[in-house]
Amino acid sequence: MDKFEQAFNEIIEKDLKVEPRDWMPEKYRKNLIRQISQHAHSEVIGMQPEGNWLLRAPSLRSKQVLLAKIQDEAGHGLYLYSVAETLGISRQEMNAQLHSGEAKYSSIFNYPTLTWADMGAVGWLVDGAAIVNQVSLQRTSYGPYSRGMVRICKEESFHQRQGYEIMVQMANGTPEQKEMAQDALNRFWEPSLMMFGPHDADSAHSSQSMAWKIKRESNDHLRQRFIDRTVPQAHFLGLTIPDENLKFNEETGHWETSPFNWDEFWNVIKGNGPCNRERLDHHKKAHNENAWVREAAAAYSSKVETSVA
Amino acid sequence: MESGDRTWEVFIQKKPGLAFKHAGSCHGYDKKMAIQNARDLYTRRGEGRALWVVPTEAIVSVPLDDAEAFFDPGEDKAYRHATFYKIPDGVSHL
Ligand SMILES: [Fe+2]
Ligand SMILES: [Fe+2]
Repeated sequence: MDKFEQAFNEIIEKDLKVEPRDWMPEKYRKNLIRQISQHAHSEVIGMQPEGNWLLRAPSLRSKQVLLAKIQDEAGHGLYLYSVAETLGISRQEMNAQLHSGEAKYSSIFNYPTLTWADMGAVGWLVDGAAIVNQVSLQRTSYGPYSRGMVRICKEESFHQRQGYEIMVQMANGTPEQKEMAQDALNRFWEPSLMMFGPHDADSAHSSQSMAWKIKRESNDHLRQRFIDRTVPQAHFLGLTIPDENLKFNEETGHWETSPFNWDEFWNVIKGNGPCNRERLDHHKKAHNENAWVREAAAAYSSKVETSVA
Repeated sequence: MESGDRTWEVFIQKKPGLAFKHAGSCHGYDKKMAIQNARDLYTRRGEGRALWVVPTEAIVSVPLDDAEAFFDPGEDKAYRHATFYKIPDGVSHL
C-alpha cells in the first residue's frame, strides 16, 4: 500500500472527510459520481411532476409555496452537480448521460401527479423519504457531498411540512377531497418505500459504499425508519395505509409491511414506468431549446470579462 | 465544459465583520452571471449580505500527502503560544 492509499484509508477509518484534491481510489470516485449524479438528476427531474400543478394551484398562497419548493429542488440539483464536478466530471457530461439513459434518476418521478392531493402526497411521502436518506448522507465520507446534504436537509423540512399541510386540508375537507387524499396515498405509498432501493441482499453497490462510508445506513434500515415515522402520520390524517398486512410488532417496536412488488420497481427502472419517456423528452426539449441562451452567454462572456456589475 | 461556461467557488459573509466562508460552487459564463447565480443558489434564505465568487481554477491547495511536511514548521514552536511564558503571581493584565 502506498502512502496515498494509506492516507485515504486513514481518513475513512477515523471518520474524517475526503476532499476534492485528496487522492482517492478510482472506484471510490466512480461510485461517488454515479450516486451523486443520480441524486442530482432526481432533484431536477423531480421538478416536473410538481410543475404540472403550478398553474392550477388552488390559491395564491399554495402557488407561491409550490414555486418556492420547486425552486429549492432546482437548487438541490445544482448543489449536487457542483459536488459531482469536484470529482472531475462536467455538468455537460452528466446531462449527456441522463439523456442517453446511462445515468438514472429516482423512479418515483416516473409516476404522474393526477390531482392536487398528489402535491400533498409528494411533499409528505416523497420528500419525507428523501429526508430520511439525506439526513443519513450528511455523514457521508466525501466532504463536499456531506456539506451539500447539510444545506439540503435544512431546506427540506419545509417541503415535507407543506406537503403534510395539504394532506391535512384535504383529509379534513369534503368527502371528495378526503377521497382524493386517500387515493394519492394509495398511489404513492409503495413507490415511496421503493425510493430506498432494493433490499440490502440485492443491492449491487451497497456493501462497498458502506465500507467506504459513502452510504452510512443500509436501504432496509432507512426504509424501516421511514415506515415507522409515516404510519402514525397517516393515522392522524384518518387515512388508511394501502397494505392489508400492515401491523405493529410489539416486540421489535416496528411496523411490518407486505413484500413489495419488485417486478414493478425494476420495470420502472428499466424505463417502462408511466412517465419515463415524457420526463426525459421534456428535459431534452428544454435543454435543446435553450441552446441559444448558452451560445449568447458564451459570446457575451468572451467580450466582457472586465468588472462585476 | 461548454465554451465560456466555468465553475466558481462561492464565499458568503453572514454578517458584517465576520470572515467569508466557503459555501460551495456555481456555474457562470462571466463574473456578473456567476455572482447572480451564486446569489440565487446560496442566499435564498438570508444566508448572508456579502458574496465573493472566485474562478475554481484560481484555488490553490496543499495535496494531502504533502500536508505533514508542509505544516510541520508550525508544529514544534510552543513559544508561539501565550501559555509558554511564566508570569509571576500577582501580576495582572498579562
Ligand atoms: Fe430536494
Ligand atoms: Fe424537497
